[in-house]
Amino acid sequence: MSAQLSEARPQAPSGAAPRPPSPLSIRGLVYRPEAGALIGTLGVFVFFAVFGGSKFLAAGGTASWLNVAAELGIIAIPVGLLMVAGELDLSVGSVLASSSMTLAIVSGHWGGPMILGIVLALAAGVVTGLLNGLLVTRTNVPSFVVTLATNFGMAGLTLGLSRVITGTTSVGIKPDPASKAVFGTLIGGQFEVAIFWWLAVAAVVAWVLQMTKYGNWVLAVGGDPVSARACGIPTERLKVVLYVASGFGAALVGVIQTCLYNGAQVANGQSFVFNSIIAVVVGGVLLTGGYGSVIGVILGTLTFAIVNQGIYYTGWNADWASFILGVLILAAVLMNNTFRRLALSARAGKKA
Amino acid sequence: MNQPTPPAATTPILRLADVSKTFVGTNALQDISLEVHAGQVLCLLGDNGAGKSTLIKILSGFHAPTTGTMEVDGEPVVFKSPRDASDRGIATVHQFGGTFPLMSVGRSFWVGVEPSKGRGPLKWFDKKFAGEVAVREMRSLGITRVTDGNRLVGSLSGGERQTLAIARAVYFGAKVLILDEPTAALGVKEASHVLRIIMQARAKGIAVVFVTHNVLHAMMVGDHFAVLIHGRKADDFHKGERTREQITDLMAGGEAMAELEAELDKLQAGA
Repeated sequence: MSAQLSEARPQAPSGAAPRPPSPLSIRGLVYRPEAGALIGTLGVFVFFAVFGGSKFLAAGGTASWLNVAAELGIIAIPVGLLMVAGELDLSVGSVLASSSMTLAIVSGHWGGPMILGIVLALAAGVVTGLLNGLLVTRTNVPSFVVTLATNFGMAGLTLGLSRVITGTTSVGIKPDPASKAVFGTLIGGQFEVAIFWWLAVAAVVAWVLQMTKYGNWVLAVGGDPVSARACGIPTERLKVVLYVASGFGAALVGVIQTCLYNGAQVANGQSFVFNSIIAVVVGGVLLTGGYGSVIGVILGTLTFAIVNQGIYYTGWNADWASFILGVLILAAVLMNNTFRRLALSARAGKKA
Repeated sequence: MNQPTPPAATTPILRLADVSKTFVGTNALQDISLEVHAGQVLCLLGDNGAGKSTLIKILSGFHAPTTGTMEVDGEPVVFKSPRDASDRGIATVHQFGGTFPLMSVGRSFWVGVEPSKGRGPLKWFDKKFAGEVAVREMRSLGITRVTDGNRLVGSLSGGERQTLAIARAVYFGAKVLILDEPTAALGVKEASHVLRIIMQARAKGIAVVFVTHNVLHAMMVGDHFAVLIHGRKADDFHKGERTREQITDLMAGGEAMAELEAELDKLQAGA
């Protein structure tokens, strides 16, 4: 009946706890979801630095992959957050297209003020995200199917409406200097201003995921939705917000591309659907949710962009780029699995 | 009333009166009445499919009973969500700890009640504090091998995960602790550790509902026992009023056990 706990384990008495490993030590790094992604990014960078030579390392070469990474990253980070929460978003391609067409039609074809076009373009993303979120949480249909459907639906809607309104599938626009400066300049003639948008999105989302209670909720919902609900987390509202964020990210890239290229095409953006998933998965996010980090997604995005652009600096036939990417994805995911297993078996108190 | 150990005159923390639950066409539970008292361990015994899980889901707010009433501290309550139940101090710990394997110990401990630092929109989740409290609370329940709040829950043993979940419930002021088969997946040593923790919670005045089909474990810690068979309460007794054989026979359906023994004897004789 007494409740004393005389532990019979041959352990040091309390107080003399062994120190936990520092997050900067090698063993501390194993705890982190981005451990494998870091190796991947460094690996491909060194590879293309060697085979791509000085041109790859020069400002022009750096800009080429940083620009790709920035546009992809703005989409991949909120998509990654959703995947940590256990859901997919395959609709980002059409959201991008509909957002850029909205801007081009409102401010280009109709000649409305830029700001109006931009706001409506971003709203298109938010509304699609809201729709995705509500459909996923209300119907319990897997998000893969729901967002695949909205991707097709939005693509058709964008094409149909563009043709009805403008009679064509590509619309030009002359952004005013302010919009051009904010969304579509090339700094130094090479670096897209989108790089700063990417950094801003990364900073905000990294803060939310790592440092706030909402980040903890995202991890919990992805880890075990039933337990998360039992702990009082508003799981459905959380997912709707994440879908809205994902729609917003894709719409932002739509605005950026439209301002950068002075126009929009209905077929833009579909490559982002799978590229964002590649970046996220290579970045160490678990496809089924519950594990991942923004740093990892950034590294995954960089890895993708370096391979995607680096091939052009090697002098090899660029036809092989996709093959390298395919091999890389598999290798990265296997490596991430290994690191995750290590993290799960890391016994802090044990001697290595 | 006939039991000397508990002061039976007190109001039960949790009382179920004639609770039934019907799922389309089937009666999962029929007319269950139970009382759970502070500082006592109520063991819910029953074979698989006897209705234990349904009963737990009603107690923890996942399901509402079809008929019947529930009272907490003498007040009638209706739980619309698990949150309502936990707001009334009812905490449920599931078989595998109900925690998040890929989250750190500190994060997992605080899901839904994250401690924060700073103010306004720049409030942040105090991970250091979260990890320290989680480690300290587990230590107070006898787990000394977990020293780092950043460790992933999935790297803990089954007993350590149970302890983490129980420590969490106790820390957040659970008055009723529902443990769903906490020892079922554990080895002998770890199971005895969990049983010790149950006694520790009991000593703190927490009412423990210990759901199990392990009669031996139940008899080691239980003050009060209820046996479920096919959704009905088949028996209800206090410590010392039944022998282990009586309970086992009852759970297995009495004669079924005798038949099995006879059959086994025959097989043995034949071999």
